[in-house]
Amino acid sequence: MANKPTAYNNRLGLKGWVYAGNYTFERYLYIGHRLSGLGLIAYMVLHIIETANRMRGEEAWAALMGLFASPVFKIVEYLLFAAAVFHAMNGVRLLLVELGFFLGKPQEPIFPYKSSVMKHRPLTYIIMLLAGLLMALGGSSLFFK
Amino acid sequence: MTDTKQITFRIRRYDPDLDTIPHWEEHKLNVPDGMTVLEALQEIKAEQAPTLAWRSSCRMGVCGSCGMFINHLPMLACQTQVLHLGTDVVTVAPLPNYDNVKDLVPNLEPLIQKHAAIKPFIILTNSKEIDEPTGEFIQTPEQRDEYSQFTFCIKCGLCLAACPTVATDPLFLGPQALAQAYRYTVDNRDCGLQERLEAIDAFHGPYQCHMAGACSQACPKGVDPAFGIQLLKRTLVLDSIGFGKKKSSVAKVMPLADIVKQIEEFAPPPRTVGK
Repeated sequence: MANKPTAYNNRLGLKGWVYAGNYTFERYLYIGHRLSGLGLIAYMVLHIIETANRMRGEEAWAALMGLFASPVFKIVEYLLFAAAVFHAMNGVRLLLVELGFFLGKPQEPIFPYKSSVMKHRPLTYIIMLLAGLLMALGGSSLFFK
Repeated sequence: MTDTKQITFRIRRYDPDLDTIPHWEEHKLNVPDGMTVLEALQEIKAEQAPTLAWRSSCRMGVCGSCGMFINHLPMLACQTQVLHLGTDVVTVAPLPNYDNVKDLVPNLEPLIQKHAAIKPFIILTNSKEIDEPTGEFIQTPEQRDEYSQFTFCIKCGLCLAACPTVATDPLFLGPQALAQAYRYTVDNRDCGLQERLEAIDAFHGPYQCHMAGACSQACPKGVDPAFGIQLLKRTLVLDSIGFGKKKSSVAKVMPLADIVKQIEEFAPPPRTVGK
């Protein structure tokens, strides 16, 4: 009996969520939310390792603090802050829409269709503007104080 | 004579008997205004690539067979006009996130399996009412409006091809099944939320959705599966904290005697002609 021809695995995998291509703004927010979430988890692990350095004595701690005072780490610190702000603000948007707010009511679809994504687009813009404002305020306080 | 424009079609080919990985083929075609991608493929097959395979049936966006990845977006080939795409090169590939059976043919089996997993039918807890119905269910237009949008799903599978979560999590139920789970759960005749919980209130359930909205953008019928998923999440949250809709074990039933009375009330007047 001949072998059954096999189908080709056409799953996009990681590329499927890091590449948004021609999709809408919210699809890019999805990438940002996941990446910032992963970044914050990585920071938490690093933060525990960093603070554990205190156990190695005062000199080791002072050397580490000296390293963190460099301009490169200031930028890293700001990126971390920006990721936290974005993740929190987008999280507020997700909480609201996941509880059904700002999405309108179900109705029979009539062309041209207006999806729930477009219905809550004003909320998306307002929240992203607020996130941008917070990032700008945080940046000015960190770099120009 | 109709104006035509020469378009290059980059079509992904895969024959499981001959190929180990897919390859791309280019075909040039003079495309008149109004020609759909499906019609273009039919012409390419007739004149240039006789072995080209795809799946299609109704040619009018009803059957949902001809879903393809056209210019990197999932679309129905029969509803997509080539010149409306606005590019001189049109890429046509099989829907991603499904196994590729041959050329442009995806294996939609996972879509059907996930759809079946959420028990897509009205569930009654009173089995006697199923076997020996005593009357009709009452449903107001407002109650019907709660789910009617989601009944327009044609199971074309474009939403799963667009979903970034499905791309990395093959077990995620996906927009189609979750929207249908909401469609049946919110139906006032249905009492099946608890029976569906095992499938939908799980790790691979609606909470994996982060409202990317790609499914709703891809949906050719305006079903808006992302909306259905968010409403399903709300339903599950309200149910888990005890604020879910309280339904009787048997949905409201109008007694048959009342229906007969209504029929009598609205009976036509007695015939006067031809007596």
